[in-house]
Amino acid sequence: MTELLKIDGLTKAYPGVVANDGVGFSVRPGEVHALLGENGAGKSTLVKMIYGLVKPDSGTMHFAGQSFAPADPRAARAAGVAMVFQHFSLFEALNVAENVALGMENPPPMRQLAKRIREISTAYGLPLDPARLVGDLSAGERQRVEIVRCLLQDPKLLIMDEPTSVLTPQEVEILFHTLRKLSAEGTAILYISHKLEEIRTLCEGATILRAGKVVASCNPREKTARELAELMVGAELKVTDRAERKLGDVVLKVSGLSLAPLSQFGPSLKDLSLELRAGEVLGIGGVAGNGQEELLATLSGERPSALGTVSLMGEDISGLGPNPRRAKGLLAAPEERLGHAAVPAMSLTENAILTGTMRKPLTRNGFVDQGAAKTFADEIIQAFDVRTPGSHVAARALSGGNLQKYVIGREVLQNPAVLVVNQPTWGVDAAAAASIRQALLDLAAKGAAVIAISQDLDELMEISDRFSALNEGRLSASRPTQGLTIEEIGMMLGGAHGMQEAAV
Amino acid sequence: MITLVRRPTPSQFWSYATPLLAVIATMIAGGILFAILGKHPVEAIRVIFWDPLFGGNASYFRGQLLVKAGPLILIACGLAVGFRAGIWNIGAEGQYIMGALFSAWLALKMYPAESHWLFPAMIVLGALGGFLWAMIPAVLKVLFGTSEILVSLMLVYVAENLLAYMAFGPLKNPEGFGFPGSRNLQDYPSAFNHELIEGTGMHWGVVAALIAVIFTYGLMHRHITGFRIRVAGEAPRAARFAGVIPARLVMLGLGMGGAFAGLAGMFEVSGPSGQITDSFNVGYGFTAIIVAFLGRLHPIGILLAGLLMALTYIGGDMAQLMLGLPSAAIQVFQGMLLFFLLAFDVLTNFRIRFGRVAA
Ligand SMILES: Nc1ncnc2c1ncn2[C@@H]1O[C@H](COP(=O)(O)OP(=O)(O)OP(=O)(O)O)[C@@H](O)[C@H]1O
Ligand SMILES: [Mg+2]
Repeated sequence: MTELLKIDGLTKAYPGVVANDGVGFSVRPGEVHALLGENGAGKSTLVKMIYGLVKPDSGTMHFAGQSFAPADPRAARAAGVAMVFQHFSLFEALNVAENVALGMENPPPMRQLAKRIREISTAYGLPLDPARLVGDLSAGERQRVEIVRCLLQDPKLLIMDEPTSVLTPQEVEILFHTLRKLSAEGTAILYISHKLEEIRTLCEGATILRAGKVVASCNPREKTARELAELMVGAELKVTDRAERKLGDVVLKVSGLSLAPLSQFGPSLKDLSLELRAGEVLGIGGVAGNGQEELLATLSGERPSALGTVSLMGEDISGLGPNPRRAKGLLAAPEERLGHAAVPAMSLTENAILTGTMRKPLTRNGFVDQGAAKTFADEIIQAFDVRTPGSHVAARALSGGNLQKYVIGREVLQNPAVLVVNQPTWGVDAAAAASIRQALLDLAAKGAAVIAISQDLDELMEISDRFSALNEGRLSASRPTQGLTIEEIGMMLGGAHGMQEAAV
Repeated sequence: MITLVRRPTPSQFWSYATPLLAVIATMIAGGILFAILGKHPVEAIRVIFWDPLFGGNASYFRGQLLVKAGPLILIACGLAVGFRAGIWNIGAEGQYIMGALFSAWLALKMYPAESHWLFPAMIVLGALGGFLWAMIPAVLKVLFGTSEILVSLMLVYVAENLLAYMAFGPLKNPEGFGFPGSRNLQDYPSAFNHELIEGTGMHWGVVAALIAVIFTYGLMHRHITGFRIRVAGEAPRAARFAGVIPARLVMLGLGMGGAFAGLAGMFEVSGPSGQITDSFNVGYGFTAIIVAFLGRLHPIGILLAGLLMALTYIGGDMAQLMLGLPSAAIQVFQGMLLFFLLAFDVLTNFRIRFGRVAA
């Protein structure tokens, strides 16, 4: 037997789009196989069909030599397919072992399970304490819980949909170690990511999708990241153009800002200070969960801070809510797209109204101007190349990356004086990420000030003039990005955030 | 095997079709219920749905239709605003009583005034009574995070007791020969909410209900405030991001429900009922919850649902009278309507798929 998974002519259509169109490829046992493609190319849809979450319209699958058509994830798991989703499905108030047990069909007694978790997790270099509360874990550790949950089923095929977008570089390295070990033992891995360098180091085979069709398959190690990206897009890739920017006056000043945690398990912000000039991009690095969400919430006005802590163009705005801040030119784009930056069940037009009414004439005497709102939504879709049948579509029907483009576009097109973005390119494909970065740079070139909060250090190096690190709710003093070395950044970030790889 | 598949975009078609389906299912299930009670099912359904409109004494009953539908529509419009925001005001019945008490108190206090200002002043006081009663759960929720569901519901029982006390005590008719109940406002020209067109049942409360429908439509579906209210119900975090202040939302959601319910109480006590008695309230505040959902929390839907519910009230009365159906059976019948509506609602957001999938 040479092939573990073989797929032929798999097709799945949604209203207005064909998400997968006659897709075929195969994976050998022990192979680490990448699925590449732009946002909306159909990667998630494809793996959801393999995992039994979505039913194909037509096409066949064979798994371990047998015809395979899982009716639901349980059937897929029984056959030996496991999947780690980008969004974790864990309960914060339960501990690790309890969370693992919840995902199992017939969990063994708790004590035995805890022992198994400890064994498996150390065997694969993913140390986990079964008794710890999930709420206290970092994103990387939470992902370990998901992975260990999968490994307990002894899968033959492990599917990972954008597993590294929430991980630090150190955590990524640990994860890769584990995946290589699994692969050496014969477990095949189907790996989706937009980070092409990672794919080049990890994967031996790749299938590239464009608009639902397989356009190429290759060995990613024999290609450059640029070539891979161009295969995905089907065109040449632009390099971001970092035009010379003139720095203006200080527009945003934060001093001595402290904030209580947003949630039971969140960090507090501790005595933050920063200054931002017109035309400048400040990059704030650090692992998500160290106050990134809190910083955005307090700057956007969702969680106003104590008086005198935030001033915009010399005016104290600390007490103002989101809409007065928008009126004054301070806009924000949170990282959680569904449910925070956008309302999942509402149309893109309605989602344009969500934040657009203060700076765009979308209302008249308080009454919504549907025509103007639709025009604005169409403008965003056009300018940011959002792939969707139209502005009437509900936000939740967009692929992750496309919704992200929409959310960023909505704020950028409102001509902010200051724009705060959190993880602006999470889950966005290489080409689209480049265009989002370019949009942020263009915005700054026009004289706006930008705060980009991101875990992607390369991204921050690419667009920002100055760099600060946010760690455990504390913001380091900023330093010019030019000439900053990786070691210096590492020092600023305060090490690997307490994550160590166990000796394997 | 039957599976539910989530629709990416809620179905427009089913959001209109489910109320109709619910009505039909209720007729069938209700018919079975009536049959078990030993009544002829088709006959019973006809008495409830057909006779009030087209039967022998229909001309009298058609007027009653507006009298009953008016308060239901008025209250449901106010409730819908709160429900859209995810604020569950279950206590409209209490707010309705308080509106009646406030306005009747003013009228009786001024007795026997002859003034054009009395009726408008009663309207204001009616709305105020309901509004203030609704502010109790609102303020408690904002300050202490109490559940508005429990508090507003409990306040219904407080209001009912207050009503009884008033009917037997302070507001009792001094010339009533010891009978409980206040003076009858129908005999008090300045305070009487008379029929506007003879024989139609159309009184100021019905006009107010129509205005409420138009107002609620403008607010919820045209104005930015209504948009934000809907966002708050869908995604609270996105609402905060859009500038919604949760405390204000709670005040608005409960306040509007309370004020509209209070108005309904005012028009009722000054018109069709005429009197503060201990049995003044007949459950409009609770039935309006069904009306609000049956109407998809949409004002036009509420208008239609209000008329339909009014019909089941009148038809139910007739069925009691003519077929001897117990009143509880009629209430079960009305409850079924809400039950089926919520059940069929699944179709709006999910697609049903039949057939076994080869494993
Ligand atoms: N439930 C759905 N209903 C309607 N359309 C959908 C649904 N899920 C996905 N789509 C559409 O199918 C296409 C493929 O989506 P999919 O999520 O598979 O993309 P993807 O390759 O995973 O993209 P990304 O990298 O942005 O996550 C997109 O055009 C998307 O809008
Ligand atoms: Mg995806």
